[in-house]
Amino acid sequence: MPINVLMPALSPTMEEGTLSRWLKEEGDEVAAGDVIAEIETDKATMEVEAVDEGKIGKIVVQAGTENVKVNDVIAVLLEEGESDDAISDMQSNQANENDQTEKSDSKPDLEEKSAALDTGVTKSGKSASQPQGKEIKDRDILYAQGKLIEPPIFDEAAFFEDTETQTVREATRDAMAEEMRSDDKIYLMGEEVAEYNGAYKVSQGLLDEFGAKRVIDTPITEHGFAGLAVGSAFKGLKPIVEFMTMNFAMQAIDHIINSAAKTLYMAGGQLGCPIVFRGPNGAAARVGAQHSQCYASWYGHVPGLKVVAPWSAADAKGLMKAAIRDPNPVLVLENEIMYGQSFEVPKDEDYVIPIGRAKIEREGSDVTIVAFSIMVGKALEAAERLAEKGIEAEVINLRTIRPLDRWTIIESVKKTNRIVTAEEGWPFAGIGSEVAALIGEFAFDYLDAPLKRVCAKDVPLPYAANLEKLALPQSDQIFDAAMEVCYREQ
Amino acid sequence: MAKKQQNKAKEKPSKSKKSNAKQMPSKDEAMQLYQDMLLIRRFEEKAGQLYGMGLIGGFCHLYIGQEAVVTGVQSKQLEQDTVVTTYRDHGHMLACGMDPKGVMAELTGRETGYSRGKGGSMHMFSQEKNFFGGHGIVGASSAIGTGLAFAHKYNEDGGVAVTYMGDGAANQGQNYECFNMASLWKLPVLYIIENNQYGMGTSVSRSSAGELYRRGEGYNIPGERCDGMDVLAVQAAAEQALDYVRGGNGPYILEMMTYRFRGHSMSDPAKYRTKEELSSYKDEKDPVTRMKGLMMEELNVKEDDIKALEKDVKATVNEAAQFAQETPEPDESELWTDILKPVEDVA
Repeated sequence: MPINVLMPALSPTMEEGTLSRWLKEEGDEVAAGDVIAEIETDKATMEVEAVDEGKIGKIVVQAGTENVKVNDVIAVLLEEGESDDAISDMQSNQANENDQTEKSDSKPDLEEKSAALDTGVTKSGKSASQPQGKEIKDRDILYAQGKLIEPPIFDEAAFFEDTETQTVREATRDAMAEEMRSDDKIYLMGEEVAEYNGAYKVSQGLLDEFGAKRVIDTPITEHGFAGLAVGSAFKGLKPIVEFMTMNFAMQAIDHIINSAAKTLYMAGGQLGCPIVFRGPNGAAARVGAQHSQCYASWYGHVPGLKVVAPWSAADAKGLMKAAIRDPNPVLVLENEIMYGQSFEVPKDEDYVIPIGRAKIEREGSDVTIVAFSIMVGKALEAAERLAEKGIEAEVINLRTIRPLDRWTIIESVKKTNRIVTAEEGWPFAGIGSEVAALIGEFAFDYLDAPLKRVCAKDVPLPYAANLEKLALPQSDQIFDAAMEVCYREQ
Repeated sequence: MAKKQQNKAKEKPSKSKKSNAKQMPSKDEAMQLYQDMLLIRRFEEKAGQLYGMGLIGGFCHLYIGQEAVVTGVQSKQLEQDTVVTTYRDHGHMLACGMDPKGVMAELTGRETGYSRGKGGSMHMFSQEKNFFGGHGIVGASSAIGTGLAFAHKYNEDGGVAVTYMGDGAANQGQNYECFNMASLWKLPVLYIIENNQYGMGTSVSRSSAGELYRRGEGYNIPGERCDGMDVLAVQAAAEQALDYVRGGNGPYILEMMTYRFRGHSMSDPAKYRTKEELSSYKDEKDPVTRMKGLMMEELNVKEDDIKALEKDVKATVNEAAQFAQETPEPDESELWTDILKPVEDVA
C-alpha cells in the first residue's frame, strides 16, 4: 500500500504553508530521516524529513505552491515492489472516503473559519460610524477620578483611503521599524529578537537594518532585562522589551509595576519611564496552562501603566506606534494566533491610534458586544450569525484596556440596552467584571437585561484539544449570550 | 580561584596593598570629607529626632555608621556618573549634592520635598544630580543600575553607574541575572555591596554562603573587600575600581565592610546583636571620629577650624529641619497628578 506524505504542521498555530522546494524527484529512493522538501511558514523555512523508507512515487504538490493546508497529501511513497499503479488505486479509494467525511463533517465550523477571514479583511476600518471624540485637558486625571470622558479625536476613516494588506506580524514589525528610524533612542531587546529574527518572527529583518546596538538578544533572564531596560529608560532611552510570551513576564512583573509604573508618581513627576513591554498574550494553540494566560486584567489594574490589546493588523500598527511614542510605560498584549492573519493597514506613517479610544467594528442597535484582541474576530462571527436571526449587534473593539474607553461602551449600551463582554481571561475580576461595574455605575437604568460575560472557564488551560476548546471562549458562546440578553429562544 | 582569575586578566587592578594604598589627603580634602560625612551624621540624627516627634512617618532607615562608604566613593566619581541605591538612601542623596532641605521636606511629606511629598524616605530622585533613587524593593537597584550603565554605554557618555545594594540584596536572584548581562556586554557599572552585617535582623553568617565580594567570579567580574569604616580606604578602592570600569573592562564589585549604629528601621530594638559588638564599632571604628582624629593628629587642623565647620553643618541641618516643618503638605489636588505624563490628544 503506498504511503501518503502529508503537509506537516511545524508550529502550534500553523494552518498552512508554502511548499518552497523539493529535494527529491519522482523515482528517488528515500530513507527515514532524509530531507525531502522545504516548507516555508509565515515564521520560518523548515525542512521536511521522510518518516518511512521507499521510492517517491508521485509528487502531488509542486514546488512553489502557496497556502498548502496542513495534512494535505504532498507526495506518495511507494514501498518496495509497488508500482505506480498502486497510486491510482489508492487515490480513487480516498476520493470516496473524502466525499463521505465531507458530508458528515460539521459544516458550521468551516463556515465560521471563512467568515473569520472575511471579516478580517473587509470589516476592519470604515464601515461603522465612530464617536467624534474631544480634546480634553487633564484627561489622565479625570480618568483616574473615574469620570466618563469622551475619547480623543481621531479621524480614522481618512487613513483607510490608502491601504495595503499586511499580516499582524508585518504590521507590528513595521511600526517598530518606522519609529526606530525616526528616533535613535529607541532600541529593541528580548530573547531571540535579533539573530533568530524573533521567536514568532515579529522582529524579522530588524537586526539587519538597525544593527546589534539597537536590536539586542538577551539571555533568558526576564526579571534582569526588564529591570535593566527600566533603568535605561530612566536615563532617557526608549526601550521596547519583547517577552517571548507575556507568561514569562510574570518573572519581571516587579519591575513592570514597582519600577516602571510607580516611579513617575513617587518622583513627583520628575523621572518618567518611556518603555514598551510587548509580546503574545493569552492562549495560542495546545501549549498548556503555563503558556496560555491572559494578563489584561492584571496590568489593567495598575495606575501608571497603559495597556493596549490589538486585534487587526491596523490595530497592531497604530497602537504599537502610539505605545512607542507615549512617554509612559505601555504594555502591548499581542496574540500569537493573530500574527499570521491579514488585514488592510493604512500606509500613512502617521497612522497612530490614540491610546484610550475604542473602535466600533460593527454598528448595531440591539445588543452591544465588547471584546478585545482575538475575541473581536469571534464577536464579529457571532454578530453575523445574530444578524441571520434578525439581531443587530454592535461590536466594540476595545483596543485599549487602560485607560478604558468608558464613554464608547456606555454610549453604546444606552442605545442597545443590552451588553455581552467577551475575553480570553478568567472571569474573576476580569475585564468583563470591570465593564459590568462600569454599567452598574453609569448605565444602570438603561439595561433591559442582566449583562452576560463570556470568559475562559475558571480552570488552568488544559492541553487535550477537546478540553482546550471547552475552556476557551468561542463565538458560539458569544452568540448564545447575546441571544439570552435579547430574551430570544434559539 | 580568585588568584587564578587575577592571573588570567592582567589589566584587573591588583588586590595588593601597594597599588591600592590609601593616600593621605590634603588639609582641604580632609576637611571636605569630614564635612560630607558629618552632614550625613547630623542629618540622620535630626531625622531620627523628627521621627520620634511624629513628623516623619512610615519607614525611615538611617545611615549612621556607614557614612564613609558613600562619601569616599562619591569623592572619586565624575560629573556624568550616575548613582542608584536601595532604601537606606538619605546619605547617598546628600553625597550626590541634593539639597538637605528638599530631602528633609520629603521625609516630613511636604510639597517642597524632592518628590513633592509623594515618595517619602525610600523614593527620592534627582535627575539634575544624577541620583536615580531610592528603591524600596530589595534587589531592584542592581537591575536599574545595570540599565543606567547600559544607557551610559549606548550614549557613549563616559559615565559609570555606581550601583549600591546591601548585603541582604546580594542574595536576590536579579543580581546574578544582571552580573551576567553586565559582564557579557561589558557595561560600565560599579556594584557596591554595603555589608553592614545584617539584613534587617538576620546576620550575614546566617543568610549568605561564601564571601560577597567573590559573588561575581563565575561571571568574570573581579571583586574586592574594603574597610568601609575608613573613608580613605574607600576612596582608594573606589578610585581604582572606577578607573577599571571606565576603561571599558566591564563591571567591578566592591564589598564595603561597614556597620550601622542604629536599628534596621526606626522600630527595630536590634536584639539580634550585642551591646558589646555595637560599642566596639562606635568606640573604635566610627568613621566620623576617626577622620577628625586624623585631621588633628596628622594634618594639624586647628580645633577652631573643625568647630567652625561643625557649626556650619549643624546650621545647615537645623535649617533643613525647620524648612521641613514649616512648608505645607502637598495640595490635595496633588493626589491625582504625576500618575502619567500627559500626551497631547491626537487631533
